[in-house]
Amino acid sequence: MNWLPTSASTFAEGVDFTLWLATIISVISCILIGFLLIYFVIKYKRKTDNDPTPAITHDSFLETLWTIIPTILCIVIFIYGYVYYDQYTVTPKNAVEINVTGKRWIWTFDYSNGKKTLNDLYVPINQPIRLVMQSDDVLHSFFVPAFRVKQDLMGNRYTYINFTATKEGVYDLYCTEYCGASHSNMLGKVHVLSKAEYALWEDGSAKKVKSASADIPLDKLGEQLYTKNGCVACHSIDGSDGIAPSWKALFGAKRAFTDGTSAVADENYIKESILYPTEKLVTGYGPIMPSYKGLLDDKEITAIIEYIKTLK
Amino acid sequence: MSDTSETNYLDNGKGFASWFYTVDHKRIGVMYLIAIGIFFIIAAFASFLIRWEHLTPGEGIVSAHTYNVLFTLHGSMMVFLFIVPGVAASFGNFLIPLMIGAKDVIFPKLNLYSFWLYLLGASIFLFALAAPADTGWTFYTPYSIDSGTNVIMITLGVFVLGFSSILTGINFIVTMHKLRAPGMTWDRLPLFCWAAYATSLLQVLATPVVGITLLLLIGERYFGLGFFDPAKGGDPVMFQHFFWFYSHPAVYIMILPAMGIISEVMPVFSRKPIFGYKAIAYSSLAIALISFLVWGHHMFVSGQSKLVNIIFSVITFAVAVPTAIKVFNWLWTMYKGSIELSTAMLYSLAFIFLFTIGGLTGLFLGALAVDVHLHDTYFVVAHMHYVMIGGTVFGFFAALHFWYPKMWGVMFDEFKAKIAFVLIFIGFNVIFFPQFILGTLGMPRRYFNYAPEFESLHQLSTYGTWIIGIGFILMMYTLLKPIPGEAGPNPYKSLSLEWSMDSPPPPLNFDKIPTITEPVYNYGTKIEKES
Repeated sequence: MNWLPTSASTFAEGVDFTLWLATIISVISCILIGFLLIYFVIKYKRKTDNDPTPAITHDSFLETLWTIIPTILCIVIFIYGYVYYDQYTVTPKNAVEINVTGKRWIWTFDYSNGKKTLNDLYVPINQPIRLVMQSDDVLHSFFVPAFRVKQDLMGNRYTYINFTATKEGVYDLYCTEYCGASHSNMLGKVHVLSKAEYALWEDGSAKKVKSASADIPLDKLGEQLYTKNGCVACHSIDGSDGIAPSWKALFGAKRAFTDGTSAVADENYIKESILYPTEKLVTGYGPIMPSYKGLLDDKEITAIIEYIKTLK
Repeated sequence: MSDTSETNYLDNGKGFASWFYTVDHKRIGVMYLIAIGIFFIIAAFASFLIRWEHLTPGEGIVSAHTYNVLFTLHGSMMVFLFIVPGVAASFGNFLIPLMIGAKDVIFPKLNLYSFWLYLLGASIFLFALAAPADTGWTFYTPYSIDSGTNVIMITLGVFVLGFSSILTGINFIVTMHKLRAPGMTWDRLPLFCWAAYATSLLQVLATPVVGITLLLLIGERYFGLGFFDPAKGGDPVMFQHFFWFYSHPAVYIMILPAMGIISEVMPVFSRKPIFGYKAIAYSSLAIALISFLVWGHHMFVSGQSKLVNIIFSVITFAVAVPTAIKVFNWLWTMYKGSIELSTAMLYSLAFIFLFTIGGLTGLFLGALAVDVHLHDTYFVVAHMHYVMIGGTVFGFFAALHFWYPKMWGVMFDEFKAKIAFVLIFIGFNVIFFPQFILGTLGMPRRYFNYAPEFESLHQLSTYGTWIIGIGFILMMYTLLKPIPGEAGPNPYKSLSLEWSMDSPPPPLNFDKIPTITEPVYNYGTKIEKES
C-alpha cells in the first residue's frame, strides 16, 4: 500500500528523501526501545517479593552515549530538512508567475496572459512556477500533496510558493487552513500539461482542454460545473440551508430580496445572479459570492440553469 | 503505627460544604480529579462522534457546521479543561505536600480559590455551549473575529481558567521552596515534584500571554479594535505568534507532570533507584526553558520569514535531545531490576513506547522540508495524540492506578484493569496509527468531507474508537468498584514519603514532620565498587 502520494515536482524528491530518512531512524529507534522494554520485562520479571536488585544510579558512559547519538541523528535530519527547504524557497530566474486568490471557498488563478480560471490551475511541465498568493477573507492554505508544497494565504500580505512540476497529470489541491463551514469543499485541481498542450490552452480558449464536455447533455454538464466551479461549497442541492440559498426547488420560486423587492427565479434571474451576484441578495444571506463574469461562457451558464431546473 | 480509629481526609467532615469550603490539598486534588474526569468524558464523547462522522465520506451523522463545532469543543475542552489543569492540579495537589513532608500547600486558601476559579471558568465555558464556537481550539484570526458563533464566551472561560492555572503554579513553587521537610534537599526531591516544579514555572510565565491574547481577541470582536484583522490594519500572524508563545509551553505543561509520574512508577515496580536522577530532574527544567523558544515551529508555512523558520527548526531539534535522554533513563531503570507488571507499570511501559513514537514523529515535523508537506494534515493530528494520549493520558491513567490505594484506601481488581489497559492500548493505536499514513498521503485535518481513496484508513481509525471506548468503560467500572478489604499504607513497598502514612492519609498528613536521611529512590543493595 502507498503511504505517499504521487511525486510530481522537483521539491517532492527532497521531501520524500528526508521523510524516508526520518522514517528509517524512527523505525529502528522504536524497534530498539520496544525490544528492550519487552526483553527487560521478561528477563527481570519479579520472582520473589525479595529479589535482590543492584542499586545502580547512573552510568556516565551510557548516558553520554544516549546523549550523543540522538544529537547526531537530530543534526542529520535537521540538515536535510533545511537543505531541501532552502532550495524550495529560492525562486528560479525563469519562473512564470501566477496569481492565486483564496476566498471562501473558491480558488481563483490569474495568469500573465490575462486568463483567469476557477479551482483549476493549469501549468506546463518542467517549467518553474511562482505562485503569488493572497486571501480575500480569512486565512487559507494552498496544498498540493503531489508537489509536497503548502503555504498559508492571508489578507494583508502576499505569500509565495515555488514549484516545478515533473509529471503530467491532474492533481488534488486542498485548502489546509481551517476556513469555516465549507473548508473541506475548498478543493481544486492542478493540471500539469505538456508544453504543446499548454500552448494550445494558452492561446485557444480553455475549452479546448476540457473539450470532453462538449457532447454531453446540458443538465449533465451543469452538474459537472456545479462541483468543478465550487458552487457546491455554498449551494446545497438537497434543500438544506447553508450560507447560501439551496438550489433545490429554486427554479420558478419567488425570491424576496434584501432591498424589499422580489422576483421569480427564471433563466434571466439566475444568469444575472451568476454574473452579478451582489445585485439581488436573497433575504437572510450576505454578499459573499464572487462574480463568475469571464469565468463561465454562455453555454456553461445555460448548462447550470438547466441543471437547476432538474432539482425539483 | 496505624491507628484505624483515626479519621482520614475522606471521613473528615461530610456533606457538600465540607468539600466545597475545604482547604485540604488532598480534597482539592480529588475534586479536581472528578471535575477533569467529567470533562474528559464529555470531550472524549465529542471525538467519538467526530470519528463516527468519518465512517463514510460526505455527510453522515452530523452537518458540516456541527462537525466543526464538535472538533472545536473536543479540542478546547480537552486542552483547557482536562489536560492543562489535569495532572498538575489533581495529582499535583494530592501528592506534592505528601511527597515533600508538608501538612498542606503553603497557601491553602489560595489553593481553594484556584479551584473555584477553575469551576467559574469551566461554567463560563459550558455556558458558551448555547452557541458553541466553530473556530477550532486555536481561535485563529481573522476567522475567530468573523465567526458568528460564541467565541467570546469560550475565550472568556479560557481567560478565567488561566488565572486558576497561574495561582496553582505560584502555590506549588512556593510550597516546594518553603515547606520541604528537614533533610528533603533538592537532590532528594521526588521527580514528580521536579516535574511539577517545571510545570508550575511554565504556568506562571506562559499563561499570562494567552490571557492577554484572548483579551485582545475579545477587544477586537466587541469593540472592533484592529489587532489581528487585516481589514482593520491588523496582522493575523501576530495572533499565531501570541497564541503559540503560550500554547507551545502549554504542551509541556501537559506532558511534564506525566513524565514525573512515570519517574515515580518505574523505580517502585522495578525495585531499582531511578536511573540518572539528575539527568531527569535537570532535563525537566531544560525542556521547560527551551519550550519557550520553539513556538514558531507551528508556523513554518504561516508566512513567517525563512530565517525565522530555520532558527525555530534548530531549537526544535534541540528540545528532542533531553526528551530522548529521559526515555533511555526510564528504560534503564528496569535493567537488572525486579519487575512487577502491575496495571500502573503497564501504563508506564506503554507511555514510554507511545511517547517515543510521538517524539520521533515530532522530528518529521521539525524538519523544514518535511513539515511543508505534513503541516495541517492528519500526520500532525496523529503526532499530537501520540504525545497527548500516549504520553499524558497514559501517564494520567498510570497515576490513577498507582496512587489509587493511597487516595481511596482500597484496592481495585488488577485483572479487570489489565484487560481495560489492553483494550485502551490496542484501540488507541488502531485510531491513530492509520492517521500517520492519512497525513503523509495528504489528508488535511479539520475536514468534514474527504476523498473516497481515504475511506478505508478513516474507517479503521473509527473502529479504534469503539475498542478504546469499551476499554474506558471497563476501566471506569473497575476503578469505581473497588475489591473488599483495605489497601494498607504501602501495598507496593514504595520508599517514597507519601506511602509512609495510612491510606487514605489523615487530614494533616503527618503527625510529626518527618526528617529525611536518605535519597528518595533508595532501592536495591549498594555495590561497594562498580566495576
